Amino acid sequence: MISSVSGAEVAIEVHDLRKVYGEHTALQGIDVSVRCGEVFALLGPNGAGKTTTVEILEGYRQRSSGEVLVLGHDPARRAASLRQRIGIVLQSSGIYSQITPREALRHWAGFYPHPRDAEEVLSLVGLTDKADVRTRKLSGGQRRRLDFALALIGDPELIFLDEPTTGFDPEARRTAWETIRSLQVLGKTILLTTHYLEEAQVLADRVAIVKEGRILAIGPPRDLGVGAAHYRVAYRDASGETVERQTDDPTRLLHELTGEALARGEQLQELSVARPSLEDVYLELTADA
Amino acid sequence: MPEALALTWRQYRLERRMFWRNPSAAFFNFALPLLFLAAGGAILHGNQQQLNLLVPAIGGMSVMSTTFTALSYNIVFLRERGVLKRIRGTPLPTSCYFGGVAANAVTNTTIQIGIVILAGRFVFGLSWPPDWVELFVFVAVGVVCLASLGVTFAHLIPNFESTAAYVNAIFLPVLFISFFAFDSKSAPGFVHNIAAALPLKPVMDGLSGAMVSGSGISSHLDALAVLGLWAAFGLVFAVRGFSWEQKRG
Repeated sequence: MISSVSGAEVAIEVHDLRKVYGEHTALQGIDVSVRCGEVFALLGPNGAGKTTTVEILEGYRQRSSGEVLVLGHDPARRAASLRQRIGIVLQSSGIYSQITPREALRHWAGFYPHPRDAEEVLSLVGLTDKADVRTRKLSGGQRRRLDFALALIGDPELIFLDEPTTGFDPEARRTAWETIRSLQVLGKTILLTTHYLEEAQVLADRVAIVKEGRILAIGPPRDLGVGAAHYRVAYRDASGETVERQTDDPTRLLHELTGEALARGEQLQELSVARPSLEDVYLELTADA
Repeated sequence: MPEALALTWRQYRLERRMFWRNPSAAFFNFALPLLFLAAGGAILHGNQQQLNLLVPAIGGMSVMSTTFTALSYNIVFLRERGVLKRIRGTPLPTSCYFGGVAANAVTNTTIQIGIVILAGRFVFGLSWPPDWVELFVFVAVGVVCLASLGVTFAHLIPNFESTAAYVNAIFLPVLFISFFAFDSKSAPGFVHNIAAALPLKPVMDGLSGAMVSGSGISSHLDALAVLGLWAAFGLVFAVRGFSWEQKRG
C-alpha cells in the first residue's frame, strides 16, 4: 500500500480529508503526504483543525470523507499492528497518579512487541532523577516529559506530537526540541502540530500552514516564503522617513529605486531587502481577509 | 490467547498496586461494610432473627459498592484525566484493559464478602454459609450485573466534580429501598415490588439463601432472572456509547 514519492517511502498519505461536526466543517479537504524520516509540522492558529487532523491519523476520530493511510493502514480500523508502530503525545492527557514514571514505563513497555529499555527512555527525556517519584508529585514540565517517554517506549517508527511544548518556558522548550531532533536522527518520522512559528521553523523539514480546515501553503520553512509573500525593500528617504515597499520582483524594484536615486544624486540610506520569513507568510496567510 | 491473558494479568497487578497505594479508597472499601456491620450489630444485639437479615444485606451492599460505585467513580475520573484516552492510543486490547479493571473490582468484592462471612460467623452468631454454590452464583451474577451498570452509569456523569452526587443519587435510594423491603415484611406492597425489580435486593435475597437459610438456588430463580435482565442491559450499554474521552464544554 505504501507508494513512492521521489524515491522515499511515505509514512502518511492524506487525500481530500474532510471532517464535519453537525453544522460545522472542521476540515475542508486536507491533502498531505509525509515521507518516512521526515519531521513535518502542521502550523496554524488555535481552532485551525490541526488536532482534528492528527486525531484522525491517530485513530481517535472518524473522518467524514477522504482517504487516509498511516504506515499503510487505515487508522480508522484501529489495528493493533498499527498502534504498535506509532507513538502518541496528545495535547493533554493524564497518567495514573499513584505510580512512578519507572513503573508507568515498565507497564507501557508490556504493550509493545519490541519496547525500548525503560531506563534508557527515562534518561533520554531527562526523568532519571524523578523515576521513583509518584507522578502526582511531578511538575507540569516533568509530566510532559513522561508523555514523551510513554510515546517512545514502544520504539515507534512514527511519532505524533500534538502541541508538544505549549506552556513551556523557553529553556524547557529548547530541551524538548533537542529530544525531538534526537528522534529525527534515529530516523523516526514525526508529525507535530504547533502554533509557535519558531518551533516549526527550527524543527520541521516541511511545514503546512493550516487555517479553517484548509492547508494554505506547504513546503520547507526556508522556501515557504517564495511565491506566497512579498519581498520587503526598505530605505530612508531624503527627508529621513523610512519607506517600505513590498514586491514580488525585487530585482526590478531595486533597479528602479536605485536608478531614480542616482538620477537625483541621492543615496538610499539604510537600504535593505528582506526575504519573506515564515512569519511574514504565516501572518499574511492567516490574517483575516 | 496466552498473550492476552498475560496483558490482562499485568493490568490487574497494576490496578491492585494502585488500589493499595490510595489509602482512602482502600479504607472506605473495607471499613464501610465493617462500620455498617458494627453499627447494625450494636443496635440489633441479641436479636438473631434481625442479625440473620443484617449480614446478607451488608453483603449485598458490599457487592454494589465495590462494583457499581467504584467503577463509576474510577471511569469518570480516568476519563476526565485523559488516562483512558492515552490507553486507547496504545496497542493494549480493550478486552485486556477492562479484564484487568474488572478483576480488580472482583477482588475487592471477594475480600468484602469474605469479611462479611467471617464477621457473620464469629461475631454475629451465624454458621458458615450453608450453600457455597449459591453464594458463588449470586456474587458472580451480582458482580457482572452491578459492574456493567456502573460502567453504563459513568456515561451519564458529565464530570468528576458531580460524580458523588450522581452516584449517591442512585446508590442511596436503591440501598434504602432494598434494605427496607429486605428487612420488613410489613413494608408496603409497592416498595416490595420496586425493590424486587431493582438489582440490589435480589442479590441480598440470594445471599440470604446462601449464608443463612440454605434454601438453595431454586428458591431464588426469580431473583436470578431479574439480575440476568439487568446484566444484559448493563453489558449492552456498557459497551455501546462508552466514551474514552471527556466531552468538551
